[in-house]
Amino acid sequence: MTAQKHTQKKVRGFSTKRQNITGWAFMTPFAVLFSFVFILPIGWAIYSSFFREISEGGGAYGGGELVHKFVGLDNFIYAATSDKFWTGVGRVVLYTVIQVPFMIISALALAMLIDSYIVKHVTGFRLGYFLPFAIPGVVASLIWVYLYNGQISPIAKGLAALGIPVNFYSGNIVLLSMANITTWTYTGYNMLIFLAALQAIPHDLYEAARIDGANGFQIAMQVKLPSVRGAALLAMLLSIVGTIQLFNEPQIMQIADPGISKSYTPMMMALNTSQGSITPSGDGPASAIAIVMAIIAGLLAMVYIMAERKVNES
Amino acid sequence: MSTVQNAQMTDKQRAREQARARRKAERIRAKAAHDLPRSMQPSKPVVGLTWIILVFALLYFLFPIYWAVIASTKSPSELVSTNGLWFAVGPGEIANAVAKNYASLLGWTQNRFWQWVLNSFIYSGVSAAVGTVIAVMAGYATAKFDFRGKGVAIGIVMGCMLMPAALLTIPQYSIFHSLHLTNTVLSVIIPCSVSPFGFFLGRVYAQSSVPNELLEAARIDGAGEARIFFTMVLRLLSPAMVTIFLFLFVGAWNNFLLPLMMLTDESLKPITLGLYGMASLATFNEKGALMMGALLGVLPLIVLFLGLQRYWQSGLSAGAVKE
Repeated sequence: MTAQKHTQKKVRGFSTKRQNITGWAFMTPFAVLFSFVFILPIGWAIYSSFFREISEGGGAYGGGELVHKFVGLDNFIYAATSDKFWTGVGRVVLYTVIQVPFMIISALALAMLIDSYIVKHVTGFRLGYFLPFAIPGVVASLIWVYLYNGQISPIAKGLAALGIPVNFYSGNIVLLSMANITTWTYTGYNMLIFLAALQAIPHDLYEAARIDGANGFQIAMQVKLPSVRGAALLAMLLSIVGTIQLFNEPQIMQIADPGISKSYTPMMMALNTSQGSITPSGDGPASAIAIVMAIIAGLLAMVYIMAERKVNES
Repeated sequence: MSTVQNAQMTDKQRAREQARARRKAERIRAKAAHDLPRSMQPSKPVVGLTWIILVFALLYFLFPIYWAVIASTKSPSELVSTNGLWFAVGPGEIANAVAKNYASLLGWTQNRFWQWVLNSFIYSGVSAAVGTVIAVMAGYATAKFDFRGKGVAIGIVMGCMLMPAALLTIPQYSIFHSLHLTNTVLSVIIPCSVSPFGFFLGRVYAQSSVPNELLEAARIDGAGEARIFFTMVLRLLSPAMVTIFLFLFVGAWNNFLLPLMMLTDESLKPITLGLYGMASLATFNEKGALMMGALLGVLPLIVLFLGLQRYWQSGLSAGAVKE
């Protein structure tokens, strides 16, 4: 009793004021850099989305001085009514709807197989599946760009020899080719997340299920699957956010496929707008595109969370 | 003196033997834990099917890497004309073929190849080191102190975890540009050293592995807060720091859009950007040399990954179990 009082007093002795000072002292370095890298750019993007660089004073062919001019919501209206933008959004949404569930389900299936101990020695498989994640997205894309090349790729040549010639860069297939690169890189990473969640399930649960007469498959479906729901939700959300900003794969596949335009994905459109190769150019329109994109990503994530909750309730 | 030493020796030996026995017992226990009763052993077709799926998946994940190794020994014409699954030349001539592609790689990169690899190391290493320390400090602050505005700060940082980070690169470029910091080392290192996910990991680990009693005891003994943090807390959090460091290091190494926007100077490029620039030249056809560059450039990363696998898993499980 006295000991408890003593500690309580000691904590109280560690006063609110001192906690305030020490807490902020440890927090400050991160807070400063975080503000500089996250908060300030967000504020700056919002501010600059209301402005546009307009040349004034020149003749019909331009040549005037660039003036930073307030244009109200013009940039947002431009983004919201641009066909190029919405085609790009449609592309990444389609990409997300196909690629993310496929990758998450594959990762979950592989994790459950590895965790099932049907096969005894699994370390090699685990390492092998994870290895692609160690390869930077740019390098992975460069390797696959060549593996899609009909002249040098053993895959394309093999398929052609079997009588199924595939052009990995043709209109409808190119998006799948891109999705394959993302799947190849991140499936093993997500598998490790699921594996970690599966291994955190207490073994008593299995014992109890076994005593109740459940077989291995039933245990997997009714004990393991519900236990990794939280991990799956997080992985889905992070993957959706990741694919919405799709940039690396199309930018690199552009090397081999000139058909991939400068506004193929909204992220590419934003970059090329800010660098001046899409008009209207400049930071204003680019910021507006980025902000609309962030809102769409947030909406998608919210729709997903709500759908997931509804499924959970029923 | 010698008896004391003897006693110490036997103590050490005993400890070692005990540890060995413990490990063995654990191994047996772990094995037994997964041994199913006979009636529940999976049937042969199930085992066979599982093997087929696992091996097929393994082939899918490893094939591109295998192909890149083979391709890195071939000339452009050999890539087209020879079997893509095997080397074009006999074992005696492979060294020669490798040397030829290596020379071509250095030629196309104007001898900047290793400079680019070194740049990647500097960017990733420095930003991960700085990022780890500030993330752990902030995580410790929010886990162990009540300060004004804490809830808001945590909310903002966690909200940014779900923010599409690439979208920030364009305004980051404008801000760095107006500070005349673009095309400098700092323009890559500073954005890469801030990670909401690193903060999240730091906070989770500080909550779980720094006991309050220990902090209180140290305070009673009169230790200052800085000293407590740098001598005790950092030691307790060192496994966590390895994990955070790895995540930040890989994140920085993989970042493509940021250096693409920020850097124009050839000698400042990281390896990913350098290889991309080389591959996108219209006249470029040395695909084998490029594959060699790709492999040499990721080798350090692969070693880091496989060597520190344990830490990956602990980081991933923190992300998987806590939500």
